[in-house]
Amino acid sequence: MTTSNSLVYLIALPLLGAAILLLAGRRADKWGHILGTVMSGSSFAVGLYQLSQMLGRSNEARPVTQKLFEWISVGSFKVDAALLLDQLSICFVLLITGVGTLIHVYSISYMSHDHDRRRFFAYLNLFIAAMLLLVLGNSYLNLYVGWEGVGLASYLLIGFWNQKPAYATASKKAFVMNRIGDMGLSFAIMIAFATVGTVSFEGIKEHVHHTSTGALTAIGIMLLVAATGKSAQFPLQAWLGDAMAGPTPVSALIHAATMVTAGVYLITRSNFIFDAAPTAQLLVVIIGAITLLFGALIGTAKDDIKKALAASTMSQIGYMILGAGLGPVGYAFAIMHLLTHGFFKAGMFLGAGSVMHGMNDEVNMRKYGALRKFMPITFATFGLGYLAILGVPPFAGFYSKDMIIETAFNSGGTKGIILGSVTLLGAGITAFYMTRVMILTFTGKSRWDEEAHPHESPLLMWLPMAVLAIGSVSSGFLLSRGDALVNWLAPLFQEHGEHSELLKPIVVSGLALAMVAIGVAIAFLKYSRQEVASVAPEDVSVFTKIARQDLMQDRFNEAVFMRPGQQLTQVLVKTDEAVIDGAVRGVGHMAMGSGSLLRGVQSGFVRSYAALILVGAVLLIAAIWVVTN
Amino acid sequence: MEFSAPVLNYTLLSPMLILLGGALIGVLVEAFMSKALRPITQLSVTLGSLVLALFQVWKIRNEQSTGAAMGSVVIDGPAVLLQASILIISIISVFLIADTEQFTALAASLPGSEEERHALQTGNQVTEVYPLTLFAVAGMLLFPVSNDLITLFVALEMLSLPLYLMAGLSRRRRLASQESALKYFLLGAFSSAFFLFGAAFLYGYSASITFAGIRNAVVGGGGNDVFLLIGIAFLSVGLLFKVGAVPFHAWSPDVYQGAPTPVTAFMAAATKVAAFGAMLRIYYTSFANAQWSWTPMLTIIAIITMVFGSLVAIAQRDVKRMLAYSSIAHAGFLLTGVIALNKPGLEASIFYLFAYGVATVGGFAIVTLVRDSAGEVTDLNRWKGLGKRSPWVATAFAGFLLSFAGIPLTSGFIGKFSIFSAAYESGAKSVVIAGVLSSVIAAFFYIRVIVLMFFTDPVEDGTGVEIPSSLTSITVIFSIIVTIALGVYPAPVLNFISTLATFIR
Repeated sequence: MTTSNSLVYLIALPLLGAAILLLAGRRADKWGHILGTVMSGSSFAVGLYQLSQMLGRSNEARPVTQKLFEWISVGSFKVDAALLLDQLSICFVLLITGVGTLIHVYSISYMSHDHDRRRFFAYLNLFIAAMLLLVLGNSYLNLYVGWEGVGLASYLLIGFWNQKPAYATASKKAFVMNRIGDMGLSFAIMIAFATVGTVSFEGIKEHVHHTSTGALTAIGIMLLVAATGKSAQFPLQAWLGDAMAGPTPVSALIHAATMVTAGVYLITRSNFIFDAAPTAQLLVVIIGAITLLFGALIGTAKDDIKKALAASTMSQIGYMILGAGLGPVGYAFAIMHLLTHGFFKAGMFLGAGSVMHGMNDEVNMRKYGALRKFMPITFATFGLGYLAILGVPPFAGFYSKDMIIETAFNSGGTKGIILGSVTLLGAGITAFYMTRVMILTFTGKSRWDEEAHPHESPLLMWLPMAVLAIGSVSSGFLLSRGDALVNWLAPLFQEHGEHSELLKPIVVSGLALAMVAIGVAIAFLKYSRQEVASVAPEDVSVFTKIARQDLMQDRFNEAVFMRPGQQLTQVLVKTDEAVIDGAVRGVGHMAMGSGSLLRGVQSGFVRSYAALILVGAVLLIAAIWVVTN
Repeated sequence: MEFSAPVLNYTLLSPMLILLGGALIGVLVEAFMSKALRPITQLSVTLGSLVLALFQVWKIRNEQSTGAAMGSVVIDGPAVLLQASILIISIISVFLIADTEQFTALAASLPGSEEERHALQTGNQVTEVYPLTLFAVAGMLLFPVSNDLITLFVALEMLSLPLYLMAGLSRRRRLASQESALKYFLLGAFSSAFFLFGAAFLYGYSASITFAGIRNAVVGGGGNDVFLLIGIAFLSVGLLFKVGAVPFHAWSPDVYQGAPTPVTAFMAAATKVAAFGAMLRIYYTSFANAQWSWTPMLTIIAIITMVFGSLVAIAQRDVKRMLAYSSIAHAGFLLTGVIALNKPGLEASIFYLFAYGVATVGGFAIVTLVRDSAGEVTDLNRWKGLGKRSPWVATAFAGFLLSFAGIPLTSGFIGKFSIFSAAYESGAKSVVIAGVLSSVIAAFFYIRVIVLMFFTDPVEDGTGVEIPSSLTSITVIFSIIVTIALGVYPAPVLNFISTLATFIR
């Protein structure tokens, strides 16, 4: 395989930026944001250089590696810290650094009033570096390092305004839910090591044929758990909505374009495992389908603009996961949707940030309205993103989402019909809630608070939005022209046989557009023709109530994860008090001045310890006795 | 009857002799020097001896000999590695011990008595903790290089007796400190009795007190197996007591909590290295061929130790007790290295011991910094929001906790990973599975503390972070650098250990 010495710069540049900004402290306040942006931009430039090099080589010679150093070498087990840049990771590298740099630029202006802006840029750079490590690692272990790194950076960023208690709680929730996912990843690595004996992608791919299906299924399911945690998929989705508490550029970067798509990357990267473990692959599809509807339904009831977009992200990633679960035929479409989604969703989040910027940080859409006239650029860029997510031709989403719907229908049998219908229904609901967001925010009468003075955002904010809007318009067409992306990625995936064609592409597009039209029409009837109350009405149907509560996800978590956990802890505390503290309480009493040292010692505490030792010794003898006789 | 003078190889023994010499000088300094000069002199003598000893260890790193002291002491690769680890850990612990605030002004006085107050007011601070430390370190150096049962026992007592005293030296909460010291002493004496009993049985079995002799008897077979089994079991009681394995652990939470924190740090880190070093040597050499008899016993002990330590730690509300239970859990993880009984297991154990020891000292160093007007604050509830008040201190502590939890890019990950894979290779699957599961439980309580520090609001009760003295800062910075470096780029250290780690027999 080709080697390269420049891969490390992709990661090293933003990492260096983060280190300088954190260590220089307040001295860097004046120029910190510029340095951060430059570092991210240079990393993007290195990515472009790598792409140009890659384009000049034949298919087989495209992947490049760089060994950094021997990381772990224990007995027969060796792991190098090494990077792998192939056709899949270059997509992510360019998305991360490209969108990342735009968001850096945006943040210069968005965070200009924050006296900790330098720290914010340090965290952004740290995040970029960790995310690049995630997609560039050549083994699950290296990926895991990046995986934990983005986790850390995202807690720092979500909790950036951690002086506000609600925000700190949100980052805590994200932290805990992600731990469950991370545990899945570490189990997957351990099972892979125990059964295959290696943890590198290349190594596992080679051995996949002589590994038992059971083991592969176990690895696949654990990887899926990891993906659900990071990508906010059912049942670990609850943290995403709360994570919106962080600054808006963070939501655009982490919760739309990059980190939350790590799960899709993980599954696509592990294609050789899932292709050989049909049960795990089926589960992937099911999780994707559930989340797709789940997110879309939550989106219909949210009045907070960022939470509505977060629910939408959840749902769109559901599409990607579903696509990735469809096997070799779906991977490329999942990645295509991921890339187009990176453009339009990041653009819409930045748009939401721009609206909030003009509206005194108000996030309740019921207090917006008629902003079109005051924020024409924001309206235009947000609108293009809106058309893209709906899948209106020729915008980006049309190409990527339709391909997933079509592939779902054509996956065969009842499964195909169910999946196809779910994706179609999802498209309709998406159209409804996104239209709702558009209407509530930009049209109708103003429902502002008195002190609101909406105005267009400065150049540094709208420029990135405009660039992303161009992506929302054109990326779908460019990526699918002549099956560009599909052919680009093809060498990485197994060949797939011809599938039965249940519905012709044109029929799928027609059905999808019909669903979208219905969704848009309902939203118009409901929100444009009637007055919108500036306070959310209470007398709503039970479905709306449930949707407002995020489909009971918090209650679910409480019942399934939190209560048993708390009870276990309580039992432990009681045991501790009764059994362990009982013996130790003397210490505590003395601390309070009861001065019962002698009594405490003489009343048998040491004796009980000694008795324990005696019992242990007897047990040892017994254990040996049993074994030897 | 003729006596022949013992032949000693002073070069090989020099690290221990230097420490004993330093300790004797310390005793003299304590007796004759004026109170103003005493602390600084003691600190210099102690650090000087430790550094000199470390230098000597480095010089003998390629020696292999059983003849250092008429066959009683063996110097080989693992010996050098363990001695070096003990010395490095001791040096950074002494930086913490230098904080005299932690120690009672007059250890011989009754708690709360007039004499004590007088000594405190006149600034007549005794500093006997330094020579005690040196005596203990000398014992610790001897422990893993002992080559017969008598030397092993002498080393055990040599390291234990000073530790019993040091546990009782706390200035604040002196009664609790003294109680813990007394408990430690009584239980230590009890377990020593088991140890001697086991040694007697082993002698009865093999008619030899040397490790080589016992090994030959085991290999040759034909002895009375009952004697061997009782011998192994009882000797193990003494060793398992020192490392704090369940059910011989009961002393450690009390003593960790009661002892002055710098002493706890020293005790938790250095004693563990010494005791596991001795354990590895005797199991890997003398008992290796009787593996069938003791593997199930140690497996059970390892599993209950890991599970118990991890579970009970969750319920702790005092940071020192939490670290004590964490150290119990780590004793369980380390036992998997003994069970592995292969070269990777030995290498992994040595790496783990060093990595864990350094992180432990670093962790306790942070504990000494979090204080209110009445001294250290060890109630975890009052550590809430520490990340907001003192981000650097909290970040360093989080680093140590992540290492204890075995999160990648910390030394703890490499240690756990290598020790588990070594045990796995040797076929000890059950203990590895239990180990991984309890690591997950353990990760929960470490991360809970991180959440507490970073994601909860501070309580306004006067808890603050002391500006660390330069010595404490050195300890913290050194520990965190080692912890991260050994996680990111452990290859040189692993290779170095790999070239040296072979027991000679």
